[in-house]
Amino acid sequence: MRGRGGEWLGSEAVSRLQVVSGKGGTGKTTVAAALALALAREGRRTLLVEVEGRQGIAQLFGAEALPYEERKIAVASGGGEVFALAIDAERALLDYLQMFYKLGSAGRALKKLGAIDFATTIAPGLRDVLLTGKACEAVRRKDKAGRYVYDHVIMDAPPTGRITRFLNVNDEVAGLARFGPIHNQAQAVMKVLKSPETAVHLVTLLEEMPVQETADGIAELREAGLPVGRVVVNMVRPHHLDEATLRAAADERRAEVARALSRAGLGGARRGGLAERLVDPLLAQAAEHASRVELERAQRTVLEQLDMETYELPLLGAGMDLAGLYELASELRKQAGEE
Amino acid sequence: MTEATTGTKSGSGGPRMDAAPRLPVDRLLDDPGTRIIVCCGAGGVGKTTTAAALGVRAAERGRKVVVLTIDPARRLAQSMGIDSLDNTPRRVKGVDGADGGELHAMMLDMKRTFDEIVEGHADAERAGAILANPFYQSLSAGFAGTQEYMAMEKLGQLRARDDWDLIVVDTPPSRSALDFLDAPKRLGSFLDGKFIRVLMAPAKVGGRAGMKFLNVGMSLMTGTLSKLMGASLLKDVQTFVAAMDTMFGGFRTRADATFRLLQAPGTAFLVVAAPEPDALREAAYFVERLAAEDMPLAGLVLNRVHGSGAEQLSAERALAAAENLEEGGIVDQEPGNAGLRDPAAEADAADGGARDGGAEADADTDVHVDGDADVDADVDEITAGLLRLHAERMQVIAREQRTRDRFTSLHPEVAVAEVAALPGDVHDLAGLRAIGERLAAGVPAGA
Repeated sequence: MRGRGGEWLGSEAVSRLQVVSGKGGTGKTTVAAALALALAREGRRTLLVEVEGRQGIAQLFGAEALPYEERKIAVASGGGEVFALAIDAERALLDYLQMFYKLGSAGRALKKLGAIDFATTIAPGLRDVLLTGKACEAVRRKDKAGRYVYDHVIMDAPPTGRITRFLNVNDEVAGLARFGPIHNQAQAVMKVLKSPETAVHLVTLLEEMPVQETADGIAELREAGLPVGRVVVNMVRPHHLDEATLRAAADERRAEVARALSRAGLGGARRGGLAERLVDPLLAQAAEHASRVELERAQRTVLEQLDMETYELPLLGAGMDLAGLYELASELRKQAGEE
Repeated sequence: MTEATTGTKSGSGGPRMDAAPRLPVDRLLDDPGTRIIVCCGAGGVGKTTTAAALGVRAAERGRKVVVLTIDPARRLAQSMGIDSLDNTPRRVKGVDGADGGELHAMMLDMKRTFDEIVEGHADAERAGAILANPFYQSLSAGFAGTQEYMAMEKLGQLRARDDWDLIVVDTPPSRSALDFLDAPKRLGSFLDGKFIRVLMAPAKVGGRAGMKFLNVGMSLMTGTLSKLMGASLLKDVQTFVAAMDTMFGGFRTRADATFRLLQAPGTAFLVVAAPEPDALREAAYFVERLAAEDMPLAGLVLNRVHGSGAEQLSAERALAAAENLEEGGIVDQEPGNAGLRDPAAEADAADGGARDGGAEADADTDVHVDGDADVDADVDEITAGLLRLHAERMQVIAREQRTRDRFTSLHPEVAVAEVAALPGDVHDLAGLRAIGERLAAGVPAGA
């Protein structure tokens, strides 16, 4: 764990395509963005891509909606740059047709007939080949000097329930389209996705359903031969009190707690006093916290049994903003460095 | 499982969206005119649980209900007895309402639903050919759109059977809540559309219109498609389309019919969200979209709302007080408690507690057998922890409030039902009942 963890952000050999998935509501867009910032260190350049047309990246960075175009969205500490791209399947297909077939007006005619709609929305898997294909193209793209244009590409991917199908759909298409350019394209994309150049991370919370989905997701990814990266435990709450103490407080020490509140300047400790009236609600919150801690502990055990390398990101009390994003990025760097 | 600890968002906190009216959940459930409730919203906000809780509550209030879930958590499905995915509504045991209320539940099997449409609309031989087609298999096994289409289809079927007087629908975990409305139309228009006809017989379409130019375009295109997809895929698609020929028009018509059903007065949409920016942004989109489509919005269900019984104590004051205690610092003291700061008086204090507090303090002395000075330090530490916990809670509440205010200012007319955050997942009927109670709290059925 030690060595590999350290290499994650530090080494050249680290996966160049980092796919971030997770159950809905676990904050995968945030984690993907923090990862893009963390990897854009020491003058490196990263590309953060989204594939579901939600414009989540733009909202996170407080930017205008992203066009189908790579543009700089943030500067990381140390001079690194983060670019962002919202991949649009329809545009990707038209690009692709243009690139390979020089189909100017025929492309438009296809669109009129609904063929593009068909291809990007209806044709099984084709949409996903286009989306992953575009990301893989960015991974492999080099400048004139033969250097990679992006050191890392980070994908804000579909949720855990669909991730294997999304990434593996290339296989599906390859099976369906047994010859032809789509077949070849799918094969090429699949080669990148299944190589060590790629790592698929799963974001979870310390809650039952996300953890269960993470376990299922890892099994599915492995079965499909896709490289599983790390489990990122997100929104971890600090634990101020251990359970035993809380229980004791809740059961036995009400009067003392009231007096302590009073000593801290929060009013009278006698029955009906301001401090005394705080005791019940505070203890109720503590009891809730305790059962939450207990549940989190159980979920941690489940996660440990998965035997995955994990990273933990704290819950930011003030909510997610740009400053919080930088905080999470430096947390990721720190955890990678300290291991 | 967690009812015991769910009581924080009660009384004292009260509804916080002052401008937003409360959603009269019981009135909605009791109204015999309500025939369909659609729960929609972004992924991960508790749609499925909300749908199940509404189903339980409606049944126990006398309705004959069926809940159509799309992808329930395993244990929730088990608790309702629908963990076997057989696409058939089953009676949920343990839910018996007044006046013959019943709860039935089913989990959508999209491939099977699609297969059933095919079987229902084609003769055996043709159906066999369609079901065996690789393109069909890939299409029906699920990619973006099929699940939404089949959910709509199933809803239409359940409604047509007329066995239930209320249908509660959970919507698929789409990338966007709007997919539920859009995907069926897309699939429908593809399956019935021009493009399919072109694939089948380019000359016919072009010839009929006498548009030679288009005709040339068509063959250029099928040529291109063949190049692009590979001839075998194109052939699979063409075979599929040929086999589906009898069903042309049917898909579009069915999608349109279900769409109209959603606009009918007996339908109520509930937008489900959590007080987080992404979820409420999706909710706002959905509210606007429903209005644009003339679809009846009943209100917003806001899950996982945090509250506190001690809202009078701000985060700042709680933190300052916690620091005071942790530093053992000099603080303002209540006159009656002045002696407590004196370490020498600690033992007295404990004794004093025993005198007025009786058993409470006796138990305390049993637990804390160590030195006198520790007792106070310990309780200070605990209290500081309680205060920090409270400060955090107040920050969360403030953050949620800001997020909600944004939504309310956009849509002040939308009625809201809020459900307190629970420490864990709900996966039994008792938990669903507790959520139902929270959903309905604050607005009497007859109001």
